[in-house]
Amino acid sequence: MGEGLTKAAARNIFYGGSLFFFLLFAALTVHSHWYIVNVSTDREGFTESVKLGKEVWEEHSCINCHTILGEGGYFAPELGNVWTRFGGRENPEGARAALAGWMRAMPTRSPGRRQMPYFDINDEEMDALIDFLEWTDRIDTQGWPPHPSG
Amino acid sequence: MKYETQKVALPFFAVAMALFALQIVFGILAATVYVVPEFLAEAMPFHIMRMSHTNLLLVWLLIAFMGCTYYLLPEETETDIHSPMIAYVQLGIFAFAGAAALIGYQFEIHGGRHYLEQPLWVKILITVSFLMFLYNTSLTLLKGRKTAISMVLMLGLWLAAIFWLFAFYNPANLALDKLYWWWIVHIWVEGVWELIMASLLGYLLIKMTGVDREIIEKWLYVIVGLALFSGLLGTGHHYYWIGTPAYWQPIGSIFSTLEVVPFFAMLVFAFYMFWKGSRNHPNKAAMLWTLGCAAMAFFGAGVWGFMHTLSWINFYSHGTQVTAAHGHLAFYGAYVMLVLGVITYAMPQMRRVQPYNQILNMWAFWVMTSAMAFMTFTLTFAGVVQTHLQRVLGMRFMEIQAQLDVFYAMRLGAGVAMAIGVVLFLYAIFGPAREQVPATANVAADAD
Ligand code: HEM
Ligand code: HEM
Ligand SMILES: [Fe+2]
Repeated sequence: MGEGLTKAAARNIFYGGSLFFFLLFAALTVHSHWYIVNVSTDREGFTESVKLGKEVWEEHSCINCHTILGEGGYFAPELGNVWTRFGGRENPEGARAALAGWMRAMPTRSPGRRQMPYFDINDEEMDALIDFLEWTDRIDTQGWPPHPSG
Repeated sequence: MKYETQKVALPFFAVAMALFALQIVFGILAATVYVVPEFLAEAMPFHIMRMSHTNLLLVWLLIAFMGCTYYLLPEETETDIHSPMIAYVQLGIFAFAGAAALIGYQFEIHGGRHYLEQPLWVKILITVSFLMFLYNTSLTLLKGRKTAISMVLMLGLWLAAIFWLFAFYNPANLALDKLYWWWIVHIWVEGVWELIMASLLGYLLIKMTGVDREIIEKWLYVIVGLALFSGLLGTGHHYYWIGTPAYWQPIGSIFSTLEVVPFFAMLVFAFYMFWKGSRNHPNKAAMLWTLGCAAMAFFGAGVWGFMHTLSWINFYSHGTQVTAAHGHLAFYGAYVMLVLGVITYAMPQMRRVQPYNQILNMWAFWVMTSAMAFMTFTLTFAGVVQTHLQRVLGMRFMEIQAQLDVFYAMRLGAGVAMAIGVVLFLYAIFGPAREQVPATANVAADAD
């Protein structure tokens, strides 16, 4: 390692440089926060029901099997765009009924197929959960995923 | 072992290793579900196994880092640990919190953000334990000699605790939730934990190679500087597709590519010091883990991380088995091997014997490392096929998974091999000590 660099200099570069990059990162995060709230997510559509839906999503830890916007378990399909995949953009009522019906029909118990458990979700929660998935589907994700298949 | 209070590390290592074994059990259960989908489908569904597996990993690594710190600090600071009693109480709280969370999961008591599923009161207990730990170790540091190794280590631990506080912030807006979730998960493994890694490696190298401290510590500052300069903005590689602005695509691509540099530097560092060193330390197994850690971290984090970090590649590979492949080798190489290296180094001294059971320990090294490498390969193949079929051709998820059976079966096999390696390691470390020294070792050397 360069003989010219002393230990004290290396230390100062470390502390100073890290602080600099941290501040830069924090500033960009603040901007991204603003951007998410005002630009990329649906501000008007961010209802109490969507918020309740996220709680339902968390209560059952859906994320440990499914990905949502590509993050989570890799055991089951992506759900960030499940609203699109179920045709919600053309036929919202149909998609809503199909999603609720799907979840209530679990587990399929068909042999050799991965099973999703049955979750005790009442009607209000189910509506909220689907509102949450619909709202998530509208997030501007820079065009990801490449196909509706998720 | 020069200081009596270094012994505090022993129960930390014991608890960590017990939880490590349990982590592997849950990993094998989860891998079995991939092969036999009906397996425990109603008694213990996949999401419970998975959160048990990942939470155990985090809990045992944190406990092990604490053990490493308690072992290292007295030697570095040349004073005893401030209060062994605080250390034991703090371990008890952490272990209780971890166990309570794990048991709760089996009864579906959990949160819903992955890796952070612990109920609120468990998170609070973890924070309390961590603060007691920082209090105890910081006082020790303040009393004694402040070497670069101990300063960087303590800085890493403090920052880990500070970023952990984001676990208490869960915005209702999913995109915001994700934005800050990565402030813990990414900033830990690709930022402040690298401070812990580099300083522990530096410590092991000073002890085992006999290279001059001045040289090692200069390297240390350069490495941790490279880690934070690249790793902070490198968080951008998780901000491509979650509702964050488009500028993260160039920023994340460039800076996360630079994240490879500190891992490469650690690789060169470890091998260069090993080659340069004059001391022929008798603990060959600890040296093997040290070099292995630097090498596998470079492959797991550096090479496998780079593989999918550029935004135009990540667009296709994001959230597939490629990610799982990388996650496994990176965690194993950088952090699991690091801890196993420190344990292998420290145990003979705490048990007051010459390095023992070394051949068995080295077998454990090779079995575990090959198993993880093989698991990484199978998951990488599965992930590449999945990426192509799902993201390029647009086929449906469940249809594709049916074609990946052979990879998942091999992953399960690798998991069983891993478990065998763990048993060998635990026996080598905690079993009866036999003088088992490789023929090349210079037994006469001081075991310090
Ligand atoms: C020891 C260091 C590292 C560890 C322990 C680690 C671990 C992980 C884990 C567990 C994930 C999955 C997170 C999730 O659940 O979504 C992940 C994702 C990722 N890592 Fe790393 N990583 C490390 C270093 C790196 C480096 C140096 C790079 C880049 C060069 C990198 C690139 C990535 C990328 C691009 C993803 C996102 C994958 C996706 O889009 O699905 N990682 N890492
Ligand atoms: C017996 C060995 C192991 C087996 C069979 C195993 C199996 C699994 C399985 C099935 C998953 C879920 C992946 C999914 O969602 O599809 C998983 C996730 C994970 N495991 Fe393991 N595992 C093993 C060992 C380990 C070890 C030693 C580590 C750490 C070094 C580790 C770290 C992780 C991480 C970080 C995740 C989350 C990955 C992500 O979200 O990207 N596992 N493991
Ligand atoms: Fe990352």
